[in-house]
Amino acid sequence: MEIKVLGPGCPKCTALSESVERIAKEMEIDYELEKVSDLDKIMGYGVFMTPGLVVDGEVKSVGKVPSPEEIKKMLKK
Amino acid sequence: MNWQKEWKYLLWILLAFLGCFFLPVGWARFDAAVLEAFHLVKWYAREHVLLCLIPAFFIAGAIGVFISQGAVMKYLGAGANKIIAYGVASVSGAILAVCSCTILPLFAGIYRMGAGLGPATAFLYSGPAINVLAIVLTASVLGPEMGIARGLGAIVFSIVIGLLMAVIFREDDRHRQEGIPMAMPEEQTSRSLWQNGLYFFSMVGILVFANWGETQSTEGLWALIYSAKWLITSGFSILFAVILVRWFGLALWKVVMAAAAVLVSALVFPDTPVIPFTVGFIGLSVITSLDKGELGQWFTSSWDFAKQILPLLLIGVLIAGFLLGRVGNEGMIPSDWVARAVGGNSWQANFFASIAGAFMYFATLTEVPILQGLIGAGMGKGPALALLLAGPALSLPNMLVIRSVLGTKKTLVFVCLVVVMATLSGILFGAFF
Repeated sequence: MEIKVLGPGCPKCTALSESVERIAKEMEIDYELEKVSDLDKIMGYGVFMTPGLVVDGEVKSVGKVPSPEEIKKMLKK
Repeated sequence: MNWQKEWKYLLWILLAFLGCFFLPVGWARFDAAVLEAFHLVKWYAREHVLLCLIPAFFIAGAIGVFISQGAVMKYLGAGANKIIAYGVASVSGAILAVCSCTILPLFAGIYRMGAGLGPATAFLYSGPAINVLAIVLTASVLGPEMGIARGLGAIVFSIVIGLLMAVIFREDDRHRQEGIPMAMPEEQTSRSLWQNGLYFFSMVGILVFANWGETQSTEGLWALIYSAKWLITSGFSILFAVILVRWFGLALWKVVMAAAAVLVSALVFPDTPVIPFTVGFIGLSVITSLDKGELGQWFTSSWDFAKQILPLLLIGVLIAGFLLGRVGNEGMIPSDWVARAVGGNSWQANFFASIAGAFMYFATLTEVPILQGLIGAGMGKGPALALLLAGPALSLPNMLVIRSVLGTKKTLVFVCLVVVMATLSGILFGAFF
């Protein structure tokens, strides 16, 4: 699974990537996490409110740090 | 000894040693400046944290959680009405930009996918200046007229700058991406607009009246409000508590417990209203932080602001105190230097303040203590506003990011427009106040 956390490096973006990583490990998913901080690339996903979460190319959440339960749902296929 | 690995430590130790060896302790100006730094921190802690910053954190947190940002972005989208887009862009910073790190992605989004260059630059200019925390702290530390001038100046001039950018570069829309839809956050509305409005109104009421300043005369409406300010604040608090119970599903017994604690502390300390006020906020914090639902999110979001901003502000106040001292005292920088550079309300003073503000980097809110120090050292009110308007909107690092979005030419024009507009508004403001 390809996970991307979009954000220019604000505290919320760090919080999201930490939370995602923890949950992905808990769920024992085979994943690759990339932090995207380049604005051009972030815009390429149509995301303008950071942090954004992209799972396998699909934008799952924008503008907030979702709760652990929400993240679990987003990581399930 | 492995010098290849150890030389860095040696360098640090040498630097620290030299620093200590030549520490200018005993030099009167240095000693005074260190004392000034601590005096200023103490003054902030006493005057601005409990009554002003803490309520402002809760309001900023509430804006992040309870206001639908997607609804605002609709007016800045690709198909939006141009005139409305400028208006919304100029004021929406108050709602969208509660944290300065969200401004640049939003700006890039409005430019690339949304309403275009004009509204995007309008948003970029006004956003950092009109967020709640910035306005509240400016008004509380530098005076209400400065807070209002900052807000109004930012809104009016952002529209002017946005329109000028759009006119200058009217041919140039090729950087726009078509076809990529904006990803909107999900909507969650359980309350109507007026219910949310009343909720924010009650919080702003608490903030404004708790900080109501003493007036010089003892008669008239303002003095009357001042003498009754704690009664009015209590009134707003009761309204606020009722709203929380009725519309936010807060358990009545929790609110009653908190209110009882406030009442008891008010009866025990009738002469220091700060104590019941603080007890009230502790009660609110306990209740919301233990909540699992949206009230819990509200507390988390407020807490994040506090965690992020308080350390920066502490360092900012220490540095401002060390360099510039309190009002009427000198820090490391002699007052006549400041007065010579940015005193009075001349063209040069305003221009110099705008340029300095445009290139300097201010961490969130630290522009306020620094400006207070400068005003105390003789900076004119006009240049102060010029620096407030140009400062948070631009800095060398964010110019580089803006350049990566807009390209060199547009960025240069934008920076020039900001400097010119900030200078103009400084001169206007300085002429009247």
